[in-house]
Amino acid sequence: MKVTIDGIEIDVPKGTTILQAARLIGPEVAPPAMCYYTKLKTSGGYCRTCIVKVSKGSTANPNPMPKPVASCRTEVMEGMEVQNFTSPEILEARKGVVEFLLINHPLDCPVCDQAGECKLQDLGYENGSANTRYEFKRREFETIDIGDKIKLHMTRCILCYRCVKVCDQITDNRVHGAIHRGDAAEISTYIDKAITNDFSGNVIDVCPVGALTDKTFRFKQRVWFTKPVDAHRKCTKCSGKTRVWLKGEDVLRVTARKDQWDEVQEFICNSCRYDHKKKSDWVIEGPSPIARQSVISQNHYEHLNDLKVEIMKQQKALGFMDLEKRP
Amino acid sequence: MKLTSRSKVVSNKEQSFSESLYLPGIIKGMSITLSHLFKRRATVKYPDELRPMAGVYRGQHVLKRDDIGAERCTACGLCAVACPAEAITMESAERKKGEEGMYREEKYARIYEINMLRCIFCGLCEEACPKEAIFLTDKIVDTEYEREDFIYGKDKLVEKMTARIDVTKRQTKEVIEFKKLPGLKHNELFDGKSLNKGKKH
Repeated sequence: MKVTIDGIEIDVPKGTTILQAARLIGPEVAPPAMCYYTKLKTSGGYCRTCIVKVSKGSTANPNPMPKPVASCRTEVMEGMEVQNFTSPEILEARKGVVEFLLINHPLDCPVCDQAGECKLQDLGYENGSANTRYEFKRREFETIDIGDKIKLHMTRCILCYRCVKVCDQITDNRVHGAIHRGDAAEISTYIDKAITNDFSGNVIDVCPVGALTDKTFRFKQRVWFTKPVDAHRKCTKCSGKTRVWLKGEDVLRVTARKDQWDEVQEFICNSCRYDHKKKSDWVIEGPSPIARQSVISQNHYEHLNDLKVEIMKQQKALGFMDLEKRP
Repeated sequence: MKLTSRSKVVSNKEQSFSESLYLPGIIKGMSITLSHLFKRRATVKYPDELRPMAGVYRGQHVLKRDDIGAERCTACGLCAVACPAEAITMESAERKKGEEGMYREEKYARIYEINMLRCIFCGLCEEACPKEAIFLTDKIVDTEYEREDFIYGKDKLVEKMTARIDVTKRQTKEVIEFKKLPGLKHNELFDGKSLNKGKKH
């Protein structure tokens, strides 16, 4: 099926969603997503950050869709035309969505362990306005220990339900879910039951904000002072392919590897995540790819080459002489 | 080849009698020297006498406390990442129950060190600080005999409650006004009265 997103045409199989099609084109047209997760079935449709404008429904019915649609849940049609970043009304609507997501979210980034790798921070920076218009008390919760390794800060939660989906689908028996409804909804283990499953630690990785954090890493170090390296070990439960965050010789934490959409490539087991905090436990493959714009690359210099390419591109656009070909 | 137009030919001629007495030369020289006795002195008698300092002079750092005396620093690490000389290091810890009067936030700096030999006093740390915790002051860093003594820990950096340091001169009027907007004071609990009627920025 042929679909056009922001003027770029792509051929995708039937059943693909607009979001997936946009991701196939690349990050320049892909809408941001806070709740949708490729590897979790039935995820998506909660946060509304991925809304797009369908300016032409299909070749058969060229009428535009009356409202912005959630691209993670809308399948493409033959000849569909979608506007994302090219539509000013979508940018305006997304700004509103970000404002809604931030309504109850505290501004405690200096305290939060997720700061620096937080998708909500990026989203707020890219789409939100700096000031809040909200005039009422934000909801606050005491922190809850989910098991002895996971800390739940319900105050920071944006109710994306990714962690609930992980517990539903990756782990065998669900003890982690949501209670109450609407704006009173809370993530909770069902009556404080600890999650004992081997893969329960993955809720930390799927959490787009700092609501679920690793207690073994809690307040240890800011992420931008640690060096992420890809490493592996022999593990009987999972693939053993992880990302190890080092500070000097110390392994401060272990997470799963994430792709360019900030989604986990392979879920890892709790043993890899919590119990192997020695550098000798791991075979280090090399530095993890980190976007140049990320604060995590702040103290690393692996990307100087990218920077050079970028500068050359900009200079060329400005009509500078090609430095490489200079006599 | 002549390299410059200012070159002089050195003569080797004999001194005249008046020149060999050196007297006119000495008088000329002494008159210049003695005339300085009656001129304004270029130096001051430091440390008895101090020159006026700019309110925004960038000297030794201070880690501020808030009104009730709790440390404002939350060990977010933004000063350390902003520091071009990599002079700042810190280690954070979690606040325990009952320590609310000592530390403002849930997390605090257990260790906070600035290497004053590395520091270039650029002030980027106070610019980066989201918590109004670190400021540079007009105090000049003391001289020491040992290099280790220049690594200032929390004992030297944290403001003493008995000697509060005024930093309002370091903030422009606009900044002070901006910080009064209730919507920005996320640390404060909502009291039902102060609504955020903040201007757009």
